[in-house]
Amino acid sequence: MSADITLRKGLTIPLKGEASLVLKTSKLTDEYTLYPDDFHGVVPKMLVKEGEPVLLGQPIFFSKANPEIQFVSPVSGTLTKIVRGAKRKILALTLKSDERDKAVTHKFPAVDALDADSVKSQLLGSGCWPFIKQRPYDVIANPEHTPKGIFITGFSTAPLAADIPFLLENQQKDFQHGIDVLNKITSKVHLTVPAKDTTFLSSVSGVEIHRIKGIHPAGNVGVQIHHIDAINAGEVAWTINAEDVARIGRFFTTGTFDPSRTIAAVGPVLVSPCYFKTRIGASVAPILEAVGVDANSQIRIINGDVLSGKATHADGSIGYYNNTLSVLAEGNHYRMFGWLPFVGGKIFSMSRTSLSWLFPKRNYALDTNMNGEERALVVTGEMERVLPMDILPMQLLKECMVQNIEKMEALGIYEVAPEDFALIDYASTSKIEAQAIIREALDLMIKEVG
Amino acid sequence: MKLRERIDALKKPFGKGQKFERFAPAVNAFDTFLFVPNHTTQKGAHIRDAVDLKRTMVTVIIALLPAFIYGVYNTGYQYFIQSGLAFTFWDALLHGALKIMPMVVVSYGVGLAIEFAFAVYRGHEVNEGYLVTGLLIPMIMPVDIPLWMVGLSVAFAVFIAKEAFGGTGMNILNPALTARAFAFFAYPTYMSGNKVWVSEASNVDGISGETILGSLAAGNDVSYSMFDMFVGAIPGSIAETSTLWVLVGAAILIFTGIGSWRIMIGGVLGAAVTGMLFNLWGANALMSFSWMNHLVVGGFAFGVVFMATDPVSAAQTTKGKWIYGVLVGIFCILIRVFNPAYPEGVMLAILLMNVFAPTIDHYVVEGNVKRRKKRLSTTLTPAS
Repeated sequence: MSADITLRKGLTIPLKGEASLVLKTSKLTDEYTLYPDDFHGVVPKMLVKEGEPVLLGQPIFFSKANPEIQFVSPVSGTLTKIVRGAKRKILALTLKSDERDKAVTHKFPAVDALDADSVKSQLLGSGCWPFIKQRPYDVIANPEHTPKGIFITGFSTAPLAADIPFLLENQQKDFQHGIDVLNKITSKVHLTVPAKDTTFLSSVSGVEIHRIKGIHPAGNVGVQIHHIDAINAGEVAWTINAEDVARIGRFFTTGTFDPSRTIAAVGPVLVSPCYFKTRIGASVAPILEAVGVDANSQIRIINGDVLSGKATHADGSIGYYNNTLSVLAEGNHYRMFGWLPFVGGKIFSMSRTSLSWLFPKRNYALDTNMNGEERALVVTGEMERVLPMDILPMQLLKECMVQNIEKMEALGIYEVAPEDFALIDYASTSKIEAQAIIREALDLMIKEVG
Repeated sequence: MKLRERIDALKKPFGKGQKFERFAPAVNAFDTFLFVPNHTTQKGAHIRDAVDLKRTMVTVIIALLPAFIYGVYNTGYQYFIQSGLAFTFWDALLHGALKIMPMVVVSYGVGLAIEFAFAVYRGHEVNEGYLVTGLLIPMIMPVDIPLWMVGLSVAFAVFIAKEAFGGTGMNILNPALTARAFAFFAYPTYMSGNKVWVSEASNVDGISGETILGSLAAGNDVSYSMFDMFVGAIPGSIAETSTLWVLVGAAILIFTGIGSWRIMIGGVLGAAVTGMLFNLWGANALMSFSWMNHLVVGGFAFGVVFMATDPVSAAQTTKGKWIYGVLVGIFCILIRVFNPAYPEGVMLAILLMNVFAPTIDHYVVEGNVKRRKKRLSTTLTPAS
């Protein structure tokens, strides 16, 4: 089968520690944590007080800016603590499970009989809405918008990221049902698959299938939207992760919120990387133990892939959105004369200034060392090599840094999300923090343009 | 790690909130030269490429070395050939080294001193860009230029061309070429004519040496074969003469991905086509000088490979690099052919295009913006 879209730019980072296609069920502790920071831009307003009991699927807070958007508990039990930081910002909510999973049940007619508005209100009420995100801005979708389409990526290309067909292996019916539900609220659902895909994804109905050939970031939904139906000023597209489509499908079958999550535990320091069935907000400690990681050693635990994930810690929890849990060794060590070309053969490089180009089959145990210090922007052309979009990355980043909104619009700020710039973070000779710059720029756009 | 502990102890007074905190950039420059620091990723991607600015700049220096070493040898070779003395390879190398190493020391000494001072003054780390500039400057000077002129040119280039615009990454003009242009216009008698290109030519009567382009501009014949010109056994600025070793450097730059092949190829194409057109016209000696010879004499190869590709002062967009490269080639030949006062055109051609590079980029960026606007207008008014 031929590709509809072929992307030639990008970079495969050969990282050690890919998960074997084995699904284990993770032990669960009774401690759960939710991080409001997972929902970028949301200011949480609590619905439940410390010490009060909660049911699985019961809303525990909502978004101050949009009270319809509610966030529900992944367990039944008690809300034990609201951890606050500076200016009383809520950093984390800890829950103690009673292990009975008493759930809130929603009643509604069959999906076929529902109209768009009632599907939306069921998604909002059930706690499934936050899984729908929007472009531009890469934030939770606004239910009042009419998107030009819903985009689902059926493959991930980020280093060691979870294999999506494998995640959905036992959820294929739910996935199809989820697609049917989404078709109620939008005119078009797009699903992307690799050019040579032969999995069940290619036979899903009710979607427009796009076959994409290319290396990372070809699997990023933002890059795909850019080539399928690019977002213009004033337009909105929605995106959902594949497993969350299945979750929505299940909700409309059972009437209860399903907090389960399949996670690929990956990374060079893992003894036996594999997949785990766990739950949103569950503590990461049992998984780390199962894959043979010493939680007290110098490691970095990342909710998400190593390029765009969020760091957590040994006492932390599984994030709200990620299907990958990456673990790296911390790189806080010195390397004598490590800057010399062709020194340090254990560190991969896109340029041929290290010997890694000699070993195309080799995988690397990379750590979190910066491999240099931040410098002025000097080298040109390297950003363009890893961004397969008709966007001038360096010019856009510079306009973002000086907060020139008009120029940012003209250069395509609506089409990008931080994760699309993750490889630029990686590849930058001057160690520019491109993702942070894009995130700040998007926040500025939300504030100024809306 | 004993050495590491010692350095950490030495650095203590330069730490945050300590007595000499403001001098930290200067100390860090030496420390990071010894060790890649233990900094870890704090935001953004959790892993980073092995390449950094130090490694990039050192790769450029490695690419410069073949031409530099040949330049040192050729300095001695030209001197001994002209003076008729018997010599060995090592004699020539030693003679060149005694002439050139002091220039390198002065260039690095003056330039790095200013760079360190600005880093401390501005409170940022020392950027590695000068490591390359500092070697380039002596490489493009005539061998007999007095050391104080090298120092003054370096100071002018770093102050005016670089720091006045905001430092590394912000400059409009290539600093090394600015140093040469400064010396060229401030001290023309030391930078052109037939008494400066061979070591000791200004002191010893028997020695004279005209560059090939200089002879042509003056209406004289050229006695060198194209092979001499390609290998570089001709008079000229210290390291510009050998196209062969410049090509080796170009291969290193292109292979490692550090230098832009688009600019290099564009430059060669621009110069070759312009040269061919002038060959057809052939109104003066420089016009009828074969276009192939134009590519191998003078500083053309050196300029296109090492100067025009400076990523900061060149065009920065992919398309822009092609346009910029081609224009450097065209203007280089134009200046050579039409302006007898400047027989060598590559320096001025690159400086001119440095000035126009932002304009080239502007139009490439506008092209991208227009495509986006067009897409918007087609979605707003669907085709009927």
